[in-house]
Amino acid sequence: MTTKPTMIEFRDVHKYYGDYHALRGITATIRAGEFFSLLGPSGCGKTTLLRTIAGFEGISSGVVLIDGKDMANVPANVRPTNMVFQSYAIFPHLTVEQNVGFGLRKDPRSTAEKSQAVTESLEMVGLKGFGARAAHALSGGQRQRVALARALILKPKVLLLDEPLSALDKKMREQMQVELIRLQRQVGITFILVTHDQEEALVMSDRIAVMFEGEIAQLADPETLYRRPASRKVADFIGTMNFLPAQILSEAAGKVEVDAKGFGRVTLDADQALGAPTGSGASIGFRPETLTLLFEGQTATDRETMATVEEVVYYGDMTYYDVKLDGTETPMRMSMRNVFGRPVLDIKTRTRVAWSPGALVLFR
Amino acid sequence: MKQGAGLRIYAIAYLVFLYAPIILLPMFAFNESKVIAFPLTGFTTSWFGVMWEDAQLFKSLQNSMIVSGSTAILATTFGIFAARASTRYRFPGKGSIIGLIMLPLVLPEMIVAMSLLVVLLTVGIPLSIFTVILGHVLICTPFAVAILSSAFQSLDKSLEEAAYDLGEGPVSTFRLIILPLVMPGVMSSFLICFTISLDEFIIAYFLGGTDTLLSAYIYGQFRFPARVPAMLALGSILVLLSITLLAIAEYFRRRGVAKTGGKNTGGFL
Repeated sequence: MTTKPTMIEFRDVHKYYGDYHALRGITATIRAGEFFSLLGPSGCGKTTLLRTIAGFEGISSGVVLIDGKDMANVPANVRPTNMVFQSYAIFPHLTVEQNVGFGLRKDPRSTAEKSQAVTESLEMVGLKGFGARAAHALSGGQRQRVALARALILKPKVLLLDEPLSALDKKMREQMQVELIRLQRQVGITFILVTHDQEEALVMSDRIAVMFEGEIAQLADPETLYRRPASRKVADFIGTMNFLPAQILSEAAGKVEVDAKGFGRVTLDADQALGAPTGSGASIGFRPETLTLLFEGQTATDRETMATVEEVVYYGDMTYYDVKLDGTETPMRMSMRNVFGRPVLDIKTRTRVAWSPGALVLFR
Repeated sequence: MKQGAGLRIYAIAYLVFLYAPIILLPMFAFNESKVIAFPLTGFTTSWFGVMWEDAQLFKSLQNSMIVSGSTAILATTFGIFAARASTRYRFPGKGSIIGLIMLPLVLPEMIVAMSLLVVLLTVGIPLSIFTVILGHVLICTPFAVAILSSAFQSLDKSLEEAAYDLGEGPVSTFRLIILPLVMPGVMSSFLICFTISLDEFIIAYFLGGTDTLLSAYIYGQFRFPARVPAMLALGSILVLLSITLLAIAEYFRRRGVAKTGGKNTGGFL
């Protein structure tokens, strides 16, 4: 991927609410045209950070630049950003058309051109022919689309989305996720999404900033976040990760030799060793799909270990097992795709599991 | 059902006590006799004619309309400022300031009337409908603040932010978004302040000076038994008028609720 120019830059941004330190030295860049997500649990400062871009929230110290311009004294109504609010903030006393065209009030274009722009904008979000409807009579998904059309009609440099899908039901949410990705590719505007849903962030984003307690814990693309989380905390927040205690035996020449409970002695590449030393001892981490059940006649391509099934959760296409690797006490979560002809194992079954040292990560 | 019989009798008795006197008003207004007593003697509309020719009545009615209209406009305007400030901004001493604004709600009107009278006489401001407006604004503003606060409170803050985000300034945001959405509250506030002011007697009597207001005029007429039926005719008209006003207020409130897609939660009226 070619590196795109910078659209937004945070330089050591701090924000206090009285004594409460909401943003603790945010430094990051968001590139032009990327789909960027701010991901974190509630209260981590992700919405506050988004609102500092929009201009609804002042900052206590630091610099926020949009397209190279310092935003220090630029009020919200002249910033090159538009926002889709969590509540959508559709003006209930106006029609769909009036809502979408609201931002064009000071536009010097003729009424006919403006109404053409509104029609096009509505078409883009799949609301063709809805213009004359009363805004309050719309469903949640439709309001969402009106909010999008209303923001995008102004062709902002940055579109800010504050948990836009949280009020929708699961099916609608998944549909809107796909549509947002499509829309972002179509208009090429920088999208910044705030979400607490890690799955949503992984599905939609080019890059994600994971935030905890007012700080960015890791900023990376979805795959790196999933495969190489920077800390146990990030690993815990994104998907499921199993942990087993481990001991570092030696470190040399880009290799780390580890003795991990259940896995035995394994040699890892240096880039699999993550996180700053915590002092509470190292641990090996792995995702549920790292372990694979071995059935009669199958052999592991890499390494294998004996295990006991402790719990079975059947999901239709997938089965989740909690298995105890021999020599360990804590059950580990693993997932298996259900293939026709393969049985679902019962509790207490003894089985072989295959794994690969390359899929493990080490937290010091 | 048997269990509820006592309560039902109580409820009916209560309603009779509440509304029977109001029903008596038109009954005697259309009764021929000058004496307000049963049995009724015959149907007549002449009392309305007597009322109609009363020039002084019209003068006091005119005064009352000026007072009530001005009071409603002023109190509602102040109410908008106070409600907006109390729901949107944080400032030191907010609680006590709002408390002081709301205090006249529970202050006996007599005290308000007396203290205002003392001040006005000391300062040397002549008593007129202007001084009555002053007093009425004082007692009506808390009602306006109460009604408008709930209207402002139910307003989603992100609507305002969305308007800023789309390029509007504070003034145009207020005009285009906030005001239309709190309009039902503004209408209710206006009508309630108008009604309170029209009804009010003590302040109107104390501070009116030589300008007689409707409430004080009606009270004065009751000293002459012959004038009473005409006053009852006037009362009947006032009852009809207030029912109309309330219906209008309720219509606006419901339309406002429907317009914003909200749930009808009963409202003030």
